[in-house]
Amino acid sequence: MNIVVCVKQVPDTESPRKLKSDDNTLDRAAADGVINELDEYAIEEALLLKEAHGGEVTVLTMGPDKATDSIRKALAMGADKAVHLVDDALAGSDALGTSYAIQQVLGRTGFDLVILGAESTDARTGMLAAMLAERLGVPQLSLANKVEIDGSSITVQRITDYGYDKVEASLPAVVSVVEKINEPRYPSFKGIMAAKKKPVEKLGVADAGIDADKVGLAGAATEVVDFADAPPREKGQIVTDEGDGGAKIAEFLASKKFV
Amino acid sequence: MPATRHLPTPESADLIALTREIAAKELTPRVDAAERTGTFPREVFATLGEAGLLSLPYPGRYGGGDQPYEVYLQVLEEIGAVWASVGVGVSVHALSCFPLLAFGTDEQRARWLPDMLSGTRLGAYCLSEAHAGSDPAAMRAKAVRDGDSYVLNGAKAWTTHGGEADFYTVMARTSDEGARGISCFHVPADTPGLEFDRPEDKMGLMGSTTATVRLVDARIPADHLIGQEGQGLSIALAGLDAGRLGIAAVATGLAQGALDAAVAYAREREAFGKPIIDHQGLAFVLADMDAAVESARATYLAAARLKDAGHPYGRHASIAKLVATDNAMKVTTDAVQVLGGAGYTRDFPVERYMREAKVMQIFEGTNQIQRLVISRHLARR
Ligand SMILES: Cc1cc2nc3c(=O)[nH]c(=O)nc-3n(C[C@H](O)[C@H](O)[C@H](O)COP(=O)(O)OP(=O)(O)OC[C@H]3O[C@@H](n4cnc5c(N)ncnc54)[C@H](O)[C@@H]3O)c2cc1C
Repeated sequence: MNIVVCVKQVPDTESPRKLKSDDNTLDRAAADGVINELDEYAIEEALLLKEAHGGEVTVLTMGPDKATDSIRKALAMGADKAVHLVDDALAGSDALGTSYAIQQVLGRTGFDLVILGAESTDARTGMLAAMLAERLGVPQLSLANKVEIDGSSITVQRITDYGYDKVEASLPAVVSVVEKINEPRYPSFKGIMAAKKKPVEKLGVADAGIDADKVGLAGAATEVVDFADAPPREKGQIVTDEGDGGAKIAEFLASKKFV
Repeated sequence: MPATRHLPTPESADLIALTREIAAKELTPRVDAAERTGTFPREVFATLGEAGLLSLPYPGRYGGGDQPYEVYLQVLEEIGAVWASVGVGVSVHALSCFPLLAFGTDEQRARWLPDMLSGTRLGAYCLSEAHAGSDPAAMRAKAVRDGDSYVLNGAKAWTTHGGEADFYTVMARTSDEGARGISCFHVPADTPGLEFDRPEDKMGLMGSTTATVRLVDARIPADHLIGQEGQGLSIALAGLDAGRLGIAAVATGLAQGALDAAVAYAREREAFGKPIIDHQGLAFVLADMDAAVESARATYLAAARLKDAGHPYGRHASIAKLVATDNAMKVTTDAVQVLGGAGYTRDFPVERYMREAKVMQIFEGTNQIQRLVISRHLARR
């Protein structure tokens, strides 16, 4: 089975994140880059599926040069090879442009299964899996917390507010995963050494047959018009229980429209 | 602020990143509770073993990572910065593997080393006795040859991982010839006659078990002797040179941890209308702490590079242990001062760092003994 995992490098949520004032895009140089958290679960799921069914796991990353750190980590965890789509022309792409660019790369790599994290911690649009499936003309199985493969059919548990739905489709397909699905492994030192020898193919926009007008900031269909710092968190309200604590808490929740 | 490191290879940089990740996700969430309740975190050693962090300085043919000490010690420092008990455990485990690696036969190495290096079998190192700490040549534990076995009797004090380890590297007397009458043995934990006292109730390092190991007619096959009869003390002391570098690295790590906590607090805490870090009297305390941590790191790395290049490094290892642990004591004491009253409470980690720093000046040769080693080198004509 040919499994492709889409891996995004995002600014570490531990470090302060900023938007650039000139074009309202994320300042990726300002913070340490790490693998988007949910993508680690996607990598783990791909490795588990490979261990169970055989095949090959390819990491696909679109991002600047320094995203190679994240690619190396994915390879150290056990992925077999990587494709790194890197081109200045891609900077500032929105979800639509990104899904188009990734579709073009997937046309070259081929795939039986594409696995993604359900959303990234930076932009948090959560739309990439759906857009990609639509562009590829294959089924999307979203928000999976369990994946089973039987021959050419795939079944997932899709988490919902009330529990889960069981969703079935045939391969090839696109799956997005949530953090309940597994426990991502750590790389090992042996994995780190092995990763040095694994192939990483670097592609530019032209190599991947991507129309440069459809990607990047200029090609984006959406625009960040304005932004403001999040207001500092205000002091919480402390309810002293004088026999009526329950009622006061209910009142508070109602005032915030939680109940 | 994580330590600034110059690392020799891209893979060693990835290794430090991996260590920081494991420290943040596996050690940080456990350390407070385990240190409070005195719980030995065996599962953490399994995780470190699986990640390959217990075998870094050993040869690849036994499953090791072929890493220089320069890299291995920085990994150890990162662990010590978060949880000294685990850093000490890793260092003691390496110490317990050393005799087999350096003095064992090929057959012994092939048989035992892979499981030791993968962390499947955790080690302990039994040199000290109640009356023989600084002066191990005064030890009394005996090993008597009996046909195809040795029978061991005696009590080894202060054993880190005593009662928790899977094997014990034991120094015991095979003749009465003082320093030349001691031999080194590989003793599996399930050997009948191996007994453990209740662990010591310590000032710090509560997550690390320290217990007296009693050998009561403990019989081991004769092929469990490591090296030659009579070679034991020199094997033990050779291991201690490397072990002292390990302790220097752990001490540097915990000093860094204390410094980081102190700086974070000093930026936030206000007195007389401004953050306390903006009062020069306090800022200079922090500057001295930083200088002490960086010079400790530089000192142990200088010794490590000598070792990696194959030069004698015993004097430098003792200097590194002395400087790094004395600096750690000073830095952690000052960290408590920086936090004021808060520093004296268990709501903040700095009092723990201070308690941990103290033992670093005591074990693997007290700092008086380090001075003895250094001055003997100087006196050698
Ligand atoms: C937490 C912990 C873990 C330990 N783990 C291990 C372990 O895993 N394996 C192991 O074998 N041992 C272990 N030890 C033992 C440790 O190495 C000894 O405690 C240490 O070597 C000191 O020996 P001692 O306690 O007998 O002190 P002593 O030798 O009695 O020393 C007492 C004091 O006298 C000083 N002194 C002694 N001789 C001289 C001299 N010639 N000149 C000047 N001053 C001198 C010492 O510096 C010290 O201040 C551990 C100890 C602790 C506390």
